[in-house]
Amino acid sequence: MAVLIQFAIGLIFGLGLILSGMSNPAKVLNFLDVGGIAAGTWDASLMFVMGGAVAVTFVGFSRVLKLARPFFADRFYVPTRRDIDPRIIIGPAIFGVGWGLAGFCPGPALTALGFGSASAVIFVAAMCAGMVLARWSAHLPSLARIVAPADPLET
Amino acid sequence: MTATSFTPVASLAGGALIGFAAVLLMWATGRIAGVSGIAARLFPPYEDRELAGRVAFVAGLIAAPLLVRLATGSWPAQVIEAGTAVLVVAGLLVGFGSVWGSGCTSGHGVCGLSRLSARSLVATATFMATGIATVFVLRHWS
Repeated sequence: MAVLIQFAIGLIFGLGLILSGMSNPAKVLNFLDVGGIAAGTWDASLMFVMGGAVAVTFVGFSRVLKLARPFFADRFYVPTRRDIDPRIIIGPAIFGVGWGLAGFCPGPALTALGFGSASAVIFVAAMCAGMVLARWSAHLPSLARIVAPADPLET
Repeated sequence: MTATSFTPVASLAGGALIGFAAVLLMWATGRIAGVSGIAARLFPPYEDRELAGRVAFVAGLIAAPLLVRLATGSWPAQVIEAGTAVLVVAGLLVGFGSVWGSGCTSGHGVCGLSRLSARSLVATATFMATGIATVFVLRHWS
């Protein structure tokens, strides 16, 4: 049951990515292209995606987190760290460059697999390799200084 | 580049759906709907027993365009201009960077900002800045 519901939630998330235009790399790149403002080619749509998503999540989280526990789990797993370490700048800086190169971030890239796009398969395969590499490299002693927890997924 | 049109209403509605899905996931599993975290945990090391749920979530993401295709008879708009080499480099950077920085557009940008997380605000501002800078260099410096 929990698994079926998580499939449905992924489906809703994916439909949101498609309806919003996030699943179209051309639209993402035209949004990131602030140099296109003067030329009139800038597509501001994605600001509305973030606005709509954050508004609903802001209200929804505050209500859900008042519950004693999640429906299918024993407790909520919400990150609590507030400190700004180098990793929280270096990681997103690297991610942003990749995002600007192809117009894909992780959610839309996975959704693009369903379009039957060969480009999406190539991107997702490389993305997964990058993810595994990041988790593995966190265990290297030379890098450990800037990676507070042993696994970058720990927030 | 391919021209795209300004779609504020559809984008706002799509964003609201994404937010709704994030709230549902928190309600159901108590987890942040961060796609990079969910995808990265499809690979070892496994810390918990929630692999099946993560696979189901990703399967839902992949099924979404198929559902649109079935319902409307045509594929949603998608234009990918990057060639193979760029896709490989971009994919590596996106995968490595999003895990190294504990989140991506969904985890930090949606779920983090709505929880008023300082770390997510820094992360979101950073990937927006480097994404914008990358596109600027590619389109206006060459």
